[in-house]
Amino acid sequence: MSDAVLTPSALALPRPAAVLRRRPLRLRGGAAYALVGPAVVLMLLMLIGPLCGVIALSFTDYQLGAPSFAWIGLANYQDMFADKTFWISLTNTLTYVVVVVPGSVVLGLGVALLIQSGTGLRAFYRTVYFLPVMATLIAMAIVWEFMLHPQFGLVNGLLRSVGLPAHGWLQERDTALLSLCVIGVWQALGFNMVLFLAGLVSIPKALYDAAEIDGAGGAWSQFRLVTWPLLGPVTVFVVVITGIRSFQVFDTVHVLTKGGPSKATEVLIHTMYMEGFEFFRSGYAAALTVVFLVCVLALTLVKARLTARQVHYA
Amino acid sequence: MARIELSAIRKSFDTTDVLRGVDLTIEDGEFVSLVGPSGCGKSTLLRIIAGLEQQGSGEVRIGGEPVDGVRPSQRNLAMVFQSYALYPHLSVFDNIAVPLRMKRLTTLERLPLLGRLLPNRYRVEREIRQEVEHVAAQLELSAFLGRKPGQLSGGQRQRVAVGRAIVRRPVAFLFDEPLSNLDAKLRVHMRAEIAQLHRRLQATFIYVTHDQAEAMTMSGRIAVMIGGELVQVGRPAEVYDNPRDIRVAEFVGSPKINLLPGQIRSDGAVETLGQRIGVATKGIAQPCRVGVRPERIQVGSGPFVGHVVHVENMGAEAFVHLGVEGLATPLLARIGDVRELPMLGSALRFGFAPDAVRLFDAAGKRIEAHAAPAAVRTLEVASV
Repeated sequence: MSDAVLTPSALALPRPAAVLRRRPLRLRGGAAYALVGPAVVLMLLMLIGPLCGVIALSFTDYQLGAPSFAWIGLANYQDMFADKTFWISLTNTLTYVVVVVPGSVVLGLGVALLIQSGTGLRAFYRTVYFLPVMATLIAMAIVWEFMLHPQFGLVNGLLRSVGLPAHGWLQERDTALLSLCVIGVWQALGFNMVLFLAGLVSIPKALYDAAEIDGAGGAWSQFRLVTWPLLGPVTVFVVVITGIRSFQVFDTVHVLTKGGPSKATEVLIHTMYMEGFEFFRSGYAAALTVVFLVCVLALTLVKARLTARQVHYA
Repeated sequence: MARIELSAIRKSFDTTDVLRGVDLTIEDGEFVSLVGPSGCGKSTLLRIIAGLEQQGSGEVRIGGEPVDGVRPSQRNLAMVFQSYALYPHLSVFDNIAVPLRMKRLTTLERLPLLGRLLPNRYRVEREIRQEVEHVAAQLELSAFLGRKPGQLSGGQRQRVAVGRAIVRRPVAFLFDEPLSNLDAKLRVHMRAEIAQLHRRLQATFIYVTHDQAEAMTMSGRIAVMIGGELVQVGRPAEVYDNPRDIRVAEFVGSPKINLLPGQIRSDGAVETLGQRIGVATKGIAQPCRVGVRPERIQVGSGPFVGHVVHVENMGAEAFVHLGVEGLATPLLARIGDVRELPMLGSALRFGFAPDAVRLFDAAGKRIEAHAAPAAVRTLEVASV
């Protein structure tokens, strides 16, 4: 009986409600698209569009300034994988990343910890270590060129004064890439330090008190128990950002070595620049760009995966 | 288990004196609350006992041994923090296990991969597992051992923090405002739980709070700290009923004690609001303050008159705010029977018995007083 009473009202009720609800929903959808619109258009114009263009270009034999081009399929990629220069520059880039990322992350963390634990002159040290980040890298590269100069450079001068043999740091095959790595670490350290400092400040002081009470009195055990785990999210971010920036190394190479001596410092972006803007092989340069983008994308995916796994620290 | 003795503890940050010579002995197995308004130095005192802060001068002894210069972990005290201070990346199990692992495993054995290869670690880990599970069962945390602190409610986090304290069997427990992050209902519930915990463990508890209700309900003795000094130490009932200082009288008890301006006559009789109140003291003639707790004010009859300015009905009891001529703030009176509440704006007679009166001198120190002989009171009536 109660069913019989309920049914008509139950049938009648949803209809006005649905009518009432549907229109605002459609309106709200429209407003949502309108609000997202500008960002989507900009993204299509600035990111997705050029990306598709580059990928398309990598399947052509287009040369910069040429009136026409032809589709040549995967020929650029075949050329590339057969080219020794490509493999050298890929290996060099990876070597650079493998040295600069751990170097600048570990040193950045170390400096941040030292600054944080110190009492005075904090602002001074922060500024000193952050200077390379603010300075123009091209200008700084020229300073480094003087410092590393074989005859009158500061580095060789110091080595000679303690009786060690001098090197032509940027002119010798064994040391050229390593020298660039050192400059890379020097440049990235300050940025990483600032990020780590921000991370350190956000760790609650009470956790260190608790660690002290729980028996983790030493600096190392406190670092293992509190600092390192709580810096986890910052560390993932720092590693990925430094990785991506290291993949993009170009200015120091271009100013100091131009990829030499005999391709010892040839890196991906420099090869790309040479092919695209010196030899005008735009299609081939586009193929190199695609390889570069794949490397960066891989790093970004690793970061997304790791940050998704991080717990929310409440 | 241990007796904790503090003698002449002083501490200053820069130029501010936070502690000005604190002496306190806490007996083995006692529950002592350090209570006082915020900024009175009670947390600093607790941190000095824990070893997290160094005292400027004075001595801390735990179990008869001076512990100055002894690291916090070596003092074998456990502490529960206001923010719980749980390690957010560790599960509940690992959080509780931290003190045991720190004590029983070497740095090498604690290493994530290498440590597992060492033979001792397996044996110790098995012991630790048993003890952690035992503590978790006591605190009804067994179902949450795998969770991270972020996935727990405030009350559960609180219990994990307590678990981490219990598991190491410390000589004393230190609580630093552990309930202030909880909502009112849960706070009352946790109050009972902590009191029960103390009865079960029979351990020394030092409990810091700014909430006098917490201190009154849980502890065996309360130590009222104001302005870096211990003003009064005693059983809760004694401190409530017999405050030695006007600041103690005002701080302990909710709602606050009523303070009326008064005058001591040269014959020892006490007057307030122009009337003698049947109390006599030996003191010399001087102005004084007359303290009467809201529940000791008798409404309906008496020598004084006030106007009802506000009525707070709490359900089981009610508080009437009476505007009285000559008083800057309304006087509070408790009414036990909420069915007979006075009308707002109506005039109400009130009075109080002589034994409800606590007298304080102008400096805030307590003046001993007693009920005046009946003859004096008769005289007083005659003179009116």
